[in-house]
Amino acid sequence: MDIVELFTYGFFRNAFISAVLMSVSCGIIGTYIVSRRMVFISGGITHASFGGVGLGYFLGFPPLAGAAIFAVIAALTTENLTRRKVIRNDSIIAIMWSLGMALGIIFVYLTPGYAPNLMSFLFGSIITVNSTDLWLMLALAIVITSFFIILYRPILYVSFDEQFARTRGIPVMFLNYLLIILVALTIVLSIRIAGIILVLSILTIPQNIANLFTNRFGSIMIVSVIIGFAGSFIGLLVSYYLDVPSGATIIFTLVVLYLAARLVKVINFGTEKSQTK
Amino acid sequence: MKTPLLQIRDLYAGYQGKPVLSKVSLDVMENDFIGIIGPNGGGKTTLLKILMGLMKPLKGTIEYSFRRSDIGYLPQGNQLDESFPITVKEVVSSGLNSSIRRSSGMKKSRNDQLNKALHRTGLEALKYRPIGELSGGELQRTLLARAIVSSPKLLVLDEPDTHVDNRFEMELYQLLKELNQNMAILLVSHDIGTISPYIKSIACVNRDLHYHPSNEINEEQLKVYNCPIEIITHGPIPHRVMKTHKP
Repeated sequence: MDIVELFTYGFFRNAFISAVLMSVSCGIIGTYIVSRRMVFISGGITHASFGGVGLGYFLGFPPLAGAAIFAVIAALTTENLTRRKVIRNDSIIAIMWSLGMALGIIFVYLTPGYAPNLMSFLFGSIITVNSTDLWLMLALAIVITSFFIILYRPILYVSFDEQFARTRGIPVMFLNYLLIILVALTIVLSIRIAGIILVLSILTIPQNIANLFTNRFGSIMIVSVIIGFAGSFIGLLVSYYLDVPSGATIIFTLVVLYLAARLVKVINFGTEKSQTK
Repeated sequence: MKTPLLQIRDLYAGYQGKPVLSKVSLDVMENDFIGIIGPNGGGKTTLLKILMGLMKPLKGTIEYSFRRSDIGYLPQGNQLDESFPITVKEVVSSGLNSSIRRSSGMKKSRNDQLNKALHRTGLEALKYRPIGELSGGELQRTLLARAIVSSPKLLVLDEPDTHVDNRFEMELYQLLKELNQNMAILLVSHDIGTISPYIKSIACVNRDLHYHPSNEINEEQLKVYNCPIEIITHGPIPHRVMKTHKP
């Protein structure tokens, strides 16, 4: 079957559109996460959301809604406790990380019968994305893109030097909390595609590929969107033709792209000068 | 008599009940160039943070005769992430007064301010360079440009001379001397010997604050002020004579 023919299938069209939308949200939010060295906190939020997935199964509401609630609560709690220096940043992340997983396991265990789609939450399943997911992803992509266009400079300044930004009258706290909520929502909606265990790489690998060739915040965002899309589309095709899980194939494709990019860079530029420390 | 730019009265400050500053008073006048010296942990940086509104005092008052956004600030540079993807131009722009809505006339004046600051600090050629590719001195100049880009009335510098080479240090003080014609300067330094020819007065901060209205300071005075810092002397060949630290 050739690619054009694949687009006649509804599931494939949905998968394609979701790859585009996810690439936009993850390209932008991932650049924020990577630049500000928030990858670990993002991992904590991701795994905390599993508690919400389990609660959804247990009480019979959509697991994704539960994931969103848990992710946002975990994000705000981590941010708040770290700011107030109540507890060390990496420790609270680890606690949120494992507490979420623990709750998820207990809830799933308590749910009578078989929990359908549980594996797709853990490992992602781009081919089961439905139209509700797509509308949510579209809304998120629009919100994130608008925020970053309107507030580009304040976000850049706060990310680079929060203390100085505060002396210039930028509403630092407002932006921090707003952005951590957007991070949480992006993670939750990307879980549909890459799964809880794999989603972190969609938020970091495209950015690190982009960072090999550009060192500007805005350019990293744009290049990451393109690379994220390329990786997920190629991964989707490969997973279809080889009949292997889509989420894992997308991640593997991105890693291959990363290695290829490094190779191109070494061949073209000889040194690795502009690579970040 | 002229009114001071800044008036600090009986200021107390500390972290979680631990007192750092007590009963500090200081007037900063137009065109002042005050060197703030004192031992590590004596409260120099805390004082600056309070001035910048980054920390609240426990007691006491500060009166500004201008808006707080008219203070230019150069924080200690070692806390920045040098691999952050941001260019010199973007860093310097972040010192301009923030406003989300902009008219085209404002955009031009912001550009003029930006170019002036880049010119003064000799950074024009490095405008589009990511900060990760700068030397220590270039990065420090970038942070200085960020501090002066909005033409502040008061410039506050926290150890601008650490991690920079001697040549840049001299350039820096020369530049500060020029800037001092248009703005008051508060400079925290651990190295009183090097700054003393440029500053006009000295404030020694060690829990409390002692103001010394000239740039001459000797061991006797330091003793009286309870200010255990290094004394560094100058000669035809640069040399340093370090006194032992007092307990």
